[in-house]
Amino acid sequence: MLAWGDAGWGDEMARGALVTLAVAICSFAISLIIGTGTAAAKLSGFLPARLAADAYIVLMRGIPDLLIIYLLFFGGSMALMSVASVFGHTGYLELPIFATGAIAIGIASGAYTGEVIRGAFEAVPKGQIEAARACGMSGFLLFRRIQAPLALRYALPGLGNAWQVTLKETALISVIGLVEIMRQAAIASGSTQQPFTFYFVAAIAYLGLTLLSNRGFAAAEAYATRGVRRA
Amino acid sequence: MLDFALMAEAFPAILAGTGTTLKLVAGALLCGFFLAVPTALAADSRSRILRGTAAGYVLFFRGTPLLVQIFLIYYGLGQFEAVRASIFWPILREPWWCALLALSLNTGAYTGEIVRGGLQSVPAGQIEAARAAGMSGLLLYRRIIAPIALRQALPAYSNEVVSMIKATALASTITIMEITGIARTFISQTFKPIEIFLVAGAIYLVLNFFAAQLLRALERHLSPHRRPI
Repeated sequence: MLAWGDAGWGDEMARGALVTLAVAICSFAISLIIGTGTAAAKLSGFLPARLAADAYIVLMRGIPDLLIIYLLFFGGSMALMSVASVFGHTGYLELPIFATGAIAIGIASGAYTGEVIRGAFEAVPKGQIEAARACGMSGFLLFRRIQAPLALRYALPGLGNAWQVTLKETALISVIGLVEIMRQAAIASGSTQQPFTFYFVAAIAYLGLTLLSNRGFAAAEAYATRGVRRA
Repeated sequence: MLDFALMAEAFPAILAGTGTTLKLVAGALLCGFFLAVPTALAADSRSRILRGTAAGYVLFFRGTPLLVQIFLIYYGLGQFEAVRASIFWPILREPWWCALLALSLNTGAYTGEIVRGGLQSVPAGQIEAARAAGMSGLLLYRRIIAPIALRQALPAYSNEVVSMIKATALASTITIMEITGIARTFISQTFKPIEIFLVAGAIYLVLNFFAAQLLRALERHLSPHRRPI
């Protein structure tokens, strides 16, 4: 059943797991970019930017990710078709599903990532910044040498959680047809009549990816806190 | 331009799905809570078997996507002849009960961790004082541990309630016509995704707003010591 090659679905499922990992990494990268922007907006003194960031966070916290995927995929495809019709194309067009899915999940989880990053920057002790200023650092140098490294240390546990949530959310991209592990499991169960087997394999793949990335984040945390004294 | 006539037409139709969404949320939260309390107690118990079972349950349901859990139950269980022959089959082949089961098991695992955190936050001094006053067993739980744990766990539980409201959207993947299911049907019929998204999104926002307000009121009610005099 799960044999490699033409006899079984082992290689297809493995490829599905790789697509899941790839789309999760892209989603998380997008969510980090959006999250950084959100955090910067919330920490800025510019009121409209703060309000926009707040509105974005409220929206993403309250609306199911599935709806956001539908909006981006169907809405984007409609927009693409109306642009194409200007150039005389009348057929059905749709957006690339991998990119659309990654962007949708990235937007949905960017609110969470943004709050993690903002919290981390706020946790940087004032004394550190004052000391850096006293040494003559300011602007980007202060950010690069003092604020960013410290904030990264504080943000790592939260970012680990955000990554796990993002990884699991990517399962939703299967509803628009991306052949990641969930979709692959659906295809395999359709032709073998063994849905439990394949969805269980998919579940184990998610668990494996989660546990592996937990280790990665634990190592990153150990590295980031190597200079911290422990009682 | 936005098609306001369509939005006006879609609003009552999608709103009609709110009942289904709320029933799923309420059912899952109720069943989930009854799973969560034994899970939390088992996770802190002295028996290694109980601890292992609780840890395995929590790991599986928190470590895998809800969509896998729903599909495992709805599509997966029918693979086994024993399940199809059992008395549970009339229930397990209905998408509604499968969705409710998956959501309950899922929230049970998350809530179990929240309850455990609440129980651990009860100061040892409080428990010792209660014992010194002669309370033990169920009385100790009812009068001292449960109220303090509930109060501590409530903020985290509010988040869980909001994520459950969002999570019910996944029930639409197994044909249940709640808010997202109806919205999806409208999108494929009208090809106006933006309008439908705005209507459905607004309904979810209102639901979450009320849920958050309700839980905040409960939090205030349970924390009289924090109220300004």
